[in-house]
Amino acid sequence: MIWGVLQFPGSCDERDALHACSRLGEARLVWHEERDLSGVDAVVVPGGFSYGDYLRAGAIARFSPAMEAVAEMAAAGAPVLGICNGFQVLCEAGLLPGALLLNESMRFTCRQVDLIAARDALTTPEGGQVNERRDQEGERLSIPAKHGEGRYWAPEEVLDALEANGQVAYRYAPGQNPNGSARDIAGVRNEAGNVVGLMPHPEHAVDPLTGSTDGLRVFEAVAAAGAPA
Amino acid sequence: MPRARVLIRPKEGILDPQGKAVERALPALGFDGIERVHVGRMVELEAEDPERLAELCEKLLANPLIEDYEIQTL
Repeated sequence: MIWGVLQFPGSCDERDALHACSRLGEARLVWHEERDLSGVDAVVVPGGFSYGDYLRAGAIARFSPAMEAVAEMAAAGAPVLGICNGFQVLCEAGLLPGALLLNESMRFTCRQVDLIAARDALTTPEGGQVNERRDQEGERLSIPAKHGEGRYWAPEEVLDALEANGQVAYRYAPGQNPNGSARDIAGVRNEAGNVVGLMPHPEHAVDPLTGSTDGLRVFEAVAAAGAPA
Repeated sequence: MPRARVLIRPKEGILDPQGKAVERALPALGFDGIERVHVGRMVELEAEDPERLAELCEKLLANPLIEDYEIQTL
């Protein structure tokens, strides 16, 4: 699988995302002005502050030529993962429901959080052991979160529908919601399941050196969720 | 060219921590009796065709899911 990692002016996590993707396959950066993503099977919209986050986080990035191509790929069922600012971009683009608002605390938050993945949000690692609690509450992942505008919000009826459809892919573990997100939601996916967005940063948790390799599971799951373009 | 001003504010009922922070700072400065503070954005622009401003607001200036907007032509 060939991963394309988008790079906007103001992106800052694209290198780590590229590194994470290269653990699973080939990966290359995609400059925001590229319109032709042929040859790319899966896309990561990375974290950072695209176009300075002017106006609203993600508001301007969604109009970039690369994002037009991503919207077409998403519609065709290709795996798309939005992380942090990338999640905000996907919401602004209407590829995922809801919006990300200023943290309730008004502060930028940066900490390791436990996420609970929905039971079917992760694939079983090759030859690996699945966390024994997975069947009861979903598997726990330890992943860093760092953002100022990560409070997930959607109208109540949309939240109800997301839960009913199994579109809440990741929640903050009880007591660890860092931003006031509705119903502890850390990440959601579209109805088809091939577009996934989350605020915490799985690309920063792929090497034992930084304390957790749980982030790789998120990339693996996204790769499995979509049909390569 | 016709000038216009677009006011964008958080929708009623959505927690607005900026507004809350401003509101909480006021009593310490001696401003009592000020409530329901909300902080939004203002965009000033000149538009050849002011008729298209609503579309512009829906597509870019505001996120209609979380924000209300008001167009004032000047």
